[in-house]
Amino acid sequence: MKKVYAIEEYCLACHLCEYYCGFSHSGESSIVKAYKKGAPQARIQVEEGSEVNFALNCRHCDNPICVKSCITGALTRDEDGVIRVNQEKCVGCWTCVMSCPYGAVVRGHGDKSVALKCDLCTESGDTPACVQGCPNRALVFEDRGDAK
Amino acid sequence: MKYVIIGNSAAAVGCIEGIRKNDQSGEILLISDEKHATYSRPLISYWLKGKVVDKNMYYRPEDFYEKNGVKTMLGVKVTGLDAKKKTLTLSDGSKVDYENLLVGTGSRPFVPPIEGVNECKNAVTFLNWDSAIQLKSMINENSRVIVLGAGLIGLKVAEGLAGHVGTLTVVEMASHLMPSVLDDKGAAILEKHITKCGVNFIFGDSAAKAGTNELTLSSGKKLPFDVLVVAAGVRPNVELVKEAGGKVGRGIVTDDEMRTTLDGVYAAGDCVEAVDTVTGDRHIMALLPNAYMQGEAAGINMAGGKADTPKVMPMNAIGFFGLPLVSAGSYDGEEFVEEGEESYKKLVFRDNKLLGYILISDVDRAGIYTALIREKIDLKGVDIALLKKQPQLMLFGKSDRKRILAGGGIAQ
Repeated sequence: MKKVYAIEEYCLACHLCEYYCGFSHSGESSIVKAYKKGAPQARIQVEEGSEVNFALNCRHCDNPICVKSCITGALTRDEDGVIRVNQEKCVGCWTCVMSCPYGAVVRGHGDKSVALKCDLCTESGDTPACVQGCPNRALVFEDRGDAK
Repeated sequence: MKYVIIGNSAAAVGCIEGIRKNDQSGEILLISDEKHATYSRPLISYWLKGKVVDKNMYYRPEDFYEKNGVKTMLGVKVTGLDAKKKTLTLSDGSKVDYENLLVGTGSRPFVPPIEGVNECKNAVTFLNWDSAIQLKSMINENSRVIVLGAGLIGLKVAEGLAGHVGTLTVVEMASHLMPSVLDDKGAAILEKHITKCGVNFIFGDSAAKAGTNELTLSSGKKLPFDVLVVAAGVRPNVELVKEAGGKVGRGIVTDDEMRTTLDGVYAAGDCVEAVDTVTGDRHIMALLPNAYMQGEAAGINMAGGKADTPKVMPMNAIGFFGLPLVSAGSYDGEEFVEEGEESYKKLVFRDNKLLGYILISDVDRAGIYTALIREKIDLKGVDIALLKKQPQLMLFGKSDRKRILAGGGIAQ
């Protein structure tokens, strides 16, 4: 399946992927409106190093330890291979945060303290917003075969 | 092939999903003494608090059994296991045959020998949904509640009751809360937070005598109560396997494939003892993720597949009154500690590996630490300063990092 991959040599650590991700999941019609209401949380995180930077989101593992560990059944690996969280079922116990070896599940802040994670922007049916918004092609959306 | 599963929680669901990876058509029969469809046990305290409503208690969608071709017998207890004839005797007197059996019988509350406790009508335990329903029916906003035990269950029941009762006192024999998970420093931070939320603690004391409305502690101190919740730990339900001649230690003994010593009988979840992947010791690690993974491995294996041995270890992801706590692994090694007003970080290293951690408050990306422990990663090529600062993938060297970013896992 197609997933988002980072190319660390190209990442500028501009964090635009995070902004586009937050906007894409905000439910607002424009990025201006979305950020007026306070920064919507991103499901992708940029790590900045002394020499390289990269962005990281869910790897959509074939054998997902987060899904197996979820105490409520809120996390599922669906037929399209995408791992999604049902926010109505999630209670924010953070077992998935404890389990994910990539550190790719984000803790939601504020009233809705539930798990947030990349859904590959499948609702829009388009190339994920982070990839579209990356100004230096440090994120690609492609099929590289299976992940563990 | 005919599969029979005893139990209806995480191990059972894992087993069903494991079987169906390899066998789409074999007959599966699930027998449980609880009448509910599969629900999440850890959610009962959230339900008690009112944070989770009935319809969100269920661990799998309504059509789960149907979709997976599972017949259920709910509200029926398995009373006997004949491992030679491969039959089960049920509480209604009927018999059931199996070819492969999963014992996912879980655990039951342990009630310490406190004088009068068995006769005390307002003493309850807290482990399944029905016990939560019972407790909810017994309380009102004036109730004086005593919880015996400041372990995971005791604290969770206290959180569930807070705001719904008059007074709430937790009595713990050890000198601090969560003695099996936390050290005294971590416990002190958590205690301060929970106390602010209206829970009183008495440490270093235990219940000696339970009267109708008065509890006498070992110290002689007397506490009035309306409801007494006994949360003093659990015991594994091993009897079926033991009486059938299967090997039982602390829990039901299983091999790497989750087989018991009885032919065609597998076991998973809170009733089994397993090898701790960190220490190599055998003990019971009664946690939902472990139960699911053991059940799934049993299911894959009994359906003719070859599952990886579940890598289980003590782990906890749990929060109290909004303060999250995550811990994993083992703690006998060199410590790195950072303490804040309401935060705590302890990392334990041994033989150039991360062995365990405790995080309170900032638990973001803790899974990277968990993976370092689970996969026993040699820290030779790892940036230890970055590791100590926070969990991040930048701590790996370039070639490892490239593999990891591509979704190739942490294991070297």
